[in-house]
Amino acid sequence: MRPVLLIDFGSTYTKLTAVDLETPSILGSAQAFTTADSDISIGLNKAMSILEHSCGAIDYQAKLACSSAAGGLKMVVCGLVPALTGKAAQLAAFGAGAKVIRTFAYRLTSEDIDEIRQAEPDILLLTGGTDGGNSENIIANAQALSCDGGSYPIIIAGNRSAGRDCTKALEGSGHPVFLAPNVMPEMNRLNAGPVQEMIRDLFLKRIVRAKGMSSVSEVLDGILMPTPSAVLEALTLLSEGTERTRGLGELIAVDLGGATTDVYSIARGDPSNPNVFLRGLPEPHAKRTVEGDIGMRYSARGVIQAVGAERLANIASVPAPAIMDAAEAFRSDPSKLPETREEQDVDRALAIGALYCALARHAGTLERVYTPIGPVDQQTGKDLTRTELMLLTGGALIYAPDLTGIVNIALSMQDPTALTPRHVKALCDSRYTLSAMGLLSGVDRETALRLMLEQFGKEGAYGAVQ
Amino acid sequence: MARTLVLGVIGADVHAVGNQILNYAFQDAGFHVVNLGVMVSQEEFIEAAVESAADAIIVSSLYGHGELDCQGFREKCDEAGLKGILLYVGGNIVVGKQPFEEVEQRFLKMGFDRVFGPGTPPEAGIRALNEDLSGDRRCGRSC
Ligand code: B12
Repeated sequence: MRPVLLIDFGSTYTKLTAVDLETPSILGSAQAFTTADSDISIGLNKAMSILEHSCGAIDYQAKLACSSAAGGLKMVVCGLVPALTGKAAQLAAFGAGAKVIRTFAYRLTSEDIDEIRQAEPDILLLTGGTDGGNSENIIANAQALSCDGGSYPIIIAGNRSAGRDCTKALEGSGHPVFLAPNVMPEMNRLNAGPVQEMIRDLFLKRIVRAKGMSSVSEVLDGILMPTPSAVLEALTLLSEGTERTRGLGELIAVDLGGATTDVYSIARGDPSNPNVFLRGLPEPHAKRTVEGDIGMRYSARGVIQAVGAERLANIASVPAPAIMDAAEAFRSDPSKLPETREEQDVDRALAIGALYCALARHAGTLERVYTPIGPVDQQTGKDLTRTELMLLTGGALIYAPDLTGIVNIALSMQDPTALTPRHVKALCDSRYTLSAMGLLSGVDRETALRLMLEQFGKEGAYGAVQ
Repeated sequence: MARTLVLGVIGADVHAVGNQILNYAFQDAGFHVVNLGVMVSQEEFIEAAVESAADAIIVSSLYGHGELDCQGFREKCDEAGLKGILLYVGGNIVVGKQPFEEVEQRFLKMGFDRVFGPGTPPEAGIRALNEDLSGDRRCGRSC
């Protein structure tokens, strides 16, 4: 046996998966409440003893972990033009597994600086200007940030001609400064890889410690990455496969949480109609977005705001005030489970609304513009209409009795201009396999893929659909 | 350092051949060209000029609707902080065969610095750029 332990410190649960690389097979899994407020190792030890109970004591070859505990990786990003370096910076941060709490463009005002200091990001990503392009804006922003009294690390990834001046401007401030290659070195070319590597590195070296996790990092072989980054790795592997084993092709995944909703797409997203004109910054093949206002518990109100109480009430077949009341109850007690029939219906409607909204924001849009030579169809973002596989995770969905129904309604509600999938096969990640396999892919890609295919591939698929 | 030009064909215009020729000609002449290709909106020209700190924006229009597409361009540049950036327009910028002097006047009034009639070779544009960008007239930067 070559056993490996994979740990996901989630915001609510610490989830363990034990894998034997030799067979290969999943030996077992277990979970316990995350104890980030006191000592994170309490929750870990508890989950460990549950796991030991079912699989016996195991001497692991490696223990790998990812984490989204203690608020995850909170980032603020600053660019120059919102649709260009602002967007590039945001896509890069999302892809690195961060929660982008605020995106700024152009010059930072003193109010912006106050807001950033209060938000206390784990990392600030400062961009602006193509290489050889605008340098004034990023330098001015570096100067403005230098006297905010904060001590969060700043990654500078803008116009390379401005790098040194930015570093100089921040010298002597409390901010550790890291210089990375430009996120948009030339017009409309996203260069997210190097920045993402740096974000992950900072997460590993500094942030894990700052979040009171050093007690466990000694027993582990390291907290390798933020959980969403592990999930993105897993999905990319599952979609693309390895040299030896074919993947499942283009896919989408949604993690519907209590406070936020993450959407991932591994897809090219080119226009399905050759007459459609593609506009804007080309988006990454493996794309992740996070909706901070959309979730099942803390953010239930955000779902109502985005979708409308009437519309949700119609879905749930309850009067609109009942939606408001239930949402308020879920918000004030996030651990509350729906009990009555009405609560269950509202819960389901919230899941549909959240899914609808998060998918619409992640996918591209198709817009018809009328020009002197007639109508022209133009696309911004990714066309996901032909994507046929959707993986779902998140507490609210994995216990839902009619997952396929929830997904189908969320898809049928979409505007015709939203380039969301039209028909999908919905599969559920009920055992939180994705984050574990993302971690494992760093050790043994082939095994990680095989284990995922067992669950989500052709054979496993039918077992997982409810 | 090489001067930066933002180049593109404005509006819903898909005439791509001249754009490619201009791209190569300007690069050969030593400019750094940010080519946005065809179907470029005013906003896209301006955003690209801001990020790349361009010295000039070169607009082509071939399909006859240039006058409509170019309206308000200068004002938008001003609004975006590109005060005084060099603005050129060329191609078949209006419908049919109108007297060029009148057409030129209309585009100059719109705030374009130079207007080039149908069939103008790229060399004429290059000559004008070298004249206009020599010395201190470095616009998009921050004057
Ligand atoms: C090929 C072509 C097409 C092709 C384009 C294919 C493609 N993807 O490129 C297709 C079939 C798609 C097409 C469509 C249309 N076309 Co057409 N097309 C032509 C044609 C025959 C050649 C264009 C070309 O490639 N020329 C060669 C290049 C090298 O020259 P150029 O484009 O003029 O560019 C040079 C100069 O103008 C100059 N230049 C350009 N910009 C600038 C800027 C500056 C600053 C400077 C200094 C110089 C400069 O330098 C360039 C390089 O040397 C011309 C007629 C012609 N002989 O010019 C008509 C023509 C341009 N088209 C015309 C029209 C009307 C149309 C349509 C509206 C027709 C319709 N009703 O559907 C559509 C519009 C489609 C759209 N959305 O844009 C008219 C425009 C009339 C006008 N302006 O008053 C023309 C002039 C034909 C005509 N005589 O009626 N067209």
